[in-house]
Amino acid sequence: KSITTIIAVEFNGGVVLGSDSRVSAGETVVNRVMNKLSLLHDKIYCALSGSAADAQTIAEMVNYQLDVHSIEIGEDPQVRSAATLVKNISYKYKEELSAHLIVAGWDRRGGGQVFVTLNGLLSRQPFAVGGSGSSYVYGFVDAEYQKGMSKEDCQQFVVNTISLAMSRDGSSGGVAYLVTIDEKGAEEKCILGNELPTFYDQ
Amino acid sequence: MATLSVCQQPIGGFSFEYCKRNAVLEFECNKLGHSIPAARKTGTTICGVVFKDGIVLGADTRATEGMIVADKNCSKIHYISPNIYCCGAGTAADTEMTTQIISSNLELHSLSTGRLPRVATANRMLKQMLFRYQGHIGAALVLGGVDCNGPHLYSIYPHGSTDKLPYVTMGSGSLAAMAVFEDRYEQNMEEEDAKRLVRDAIAAGIFNDLGSGSNIDLCVITKGKVDYLRPHDMANKKGVRTGDYKYKRGTTGVLAKAVTKLDLEVVEETVQTMDTS
Repeated sequence: KSITTIIAVEFNGGVVLGSDSRVSAGETVVNRVMNKLSLLHDKIYCALSGSAADAQTIAEMVNYQLDVHSIEIGEDPQVRSAATLVKNISYKYKEELSAHLIVAGWDRRGGGQVFVTLNGLLSRQPFAVGGSGSSYVYGFVDAEYQKGMSKEDCQQFVVNTISLAMSRDGSSGGVAYLVTIDEKGAEEKCILGNELPTFYDQ
Repeated sequence: MATLSVCQQPIGGFSFEYCKRNAVLEFECNKLGHSIPAARKTGTTICGVVFKDGIVLGADTRATEGMIVADKNCSKIHYISPNIYCCGAGTAADTEMTTQIISSNLELHSLSTGRLPRVATANRMLKQMLFRYQGHIGAALVLGGVDCNGPHLYSIYPHGSTDKLPYVTMGSGSLAAMAVFEDRYEQNMEEEDAKRLVRDAIAAGIFNDLGSGSNIDLCVITKGKVDYLRPHDMANKKGVRTGDYKYKRGTTGVLAKAVTKLDLEVVEETVQTMDTS
C-alpha cells in the first residue's frame, strides 16, 4: 500500500507541512482521508510517503524514542534529533524498508527546519517534496519558492503545490492536510477537495 | 517496558521456524505424486461502522478452498475481549490464530492494568505483530470496540498498516460493500439504521462477489453490551425440491407374470455348537 505527495517548507519563524490523503492498494483506494502528517513531538511533525506500513511503523517508533529522549534531556527535543532518529532507522534497514519521511518542526535553537531522510541520508533543506506526486511539481516549487516568505504566503504555496500534484498524479487525491508549526505550537488544518485552488485545465 | 505476553517475542527479525519442515514435507509429498493442500482463504466481505452509541461489525460466512466452498457457515467475527471484536479476511488459519494470540495477550494486559482493555491497545498489538512478519501472515482485519474513550473502528492490513475511520470494508467483496457505505453512511446513526446499513453492505458483497456468500453475521457493540447475531440474515437458504423422481406402484402396467421354482437339493449339513456357558 502506498501513500504519496508530501511537502514541507520553511518560512520566517516556522515550517508548513502539507500532504494529500489518498492511500492506494494496487488500483483500489483503501483510505481517502488519511492524514499523512504524523506527530513526532509537540512541535515536530513528519510527513509519511512510500509504503504505509513501513512509514507508520517508523513514525510510531520515533515518536516513542523522542518521548524518552525529551524526558531525559528535560526539554523539547531539537528537530535535528528527531531527524537523526528517523535517519538511523531508514539507514539501518535500508534494504527492507521502502518509506521516505520528511521531518520538519520548530525548536528554540534553529527556528523552523526541514530535514530530508531519503534512503538514510540526513540533509537540511529550505523546502522538500516527496512521494510519487512530487515528480510533477519539482518545476513549480523550484520556480515559485522564495526565501523568507510570510506564514500566509507559505501556506498558500504549500496548498498550491499539493493541489497541482493531486490533479496530475493518480496516486494522490482526496483532501489536503496542512500543519503549521511555529513558536506557539502546531496548528492542523484540513482543506476539502472543493475548496482547493484550481488551475489552468479545471 | 515489555508487556506480559503468552508467547515468547522473538528477538528481532522474522521467525520462519517451519519453513524447513514445510519444504521437506512438500518434497516428500511430491515424490509420492500428491500436492500439498492449499491454504483455505476466506475470500470475504467484512465491514464495520461507527454509529451513535457504538460499533456494528458485519461479515459473510463463506470459506473457500480454491474454487470450492469449504465451509458454508464459518464464523468470521472473532472475540478479542468483552468489549472488542474483530472480523478477519484473508487466510482463515492466520486470522483465527492471530486474533486468539492477541486476545490472550490482551487479557493478561488487562489483568495487569486492572482496567477494561482499549481498542487502541489491541490495534497496536496486532499491527506490531503483523509488521514483524512482513505481510507473510495473510490477515486483513476490521477491529472494533467500545472503551472508556468511546467507540473506535480500525482496519488493519497484512503488512501492518492501520487506518482509523468511521466506516471500513475489507476482503474481496470490499468494493461492493464500500459502494453501499459511501452512498448511505451518515454520522450518528441510530442502531437499527446502522444494522440495516451493514446488512445491506454485506449483502452487496455476497451477491456481487464470488468469494463471499451464505449468511450475514452481525455484531453490535455498545457500552456494556454486545449482541452477537449469528446468523442475522439467512440470505441464501437452500431451496426445497418441488418435484420427485420416485414413481408410484402401478405407474407401469404389468402384461404377464411367470414364476419359476428353483430345485435345490441339500448337499451337506453341519451343526456348530455355540459356547453359551
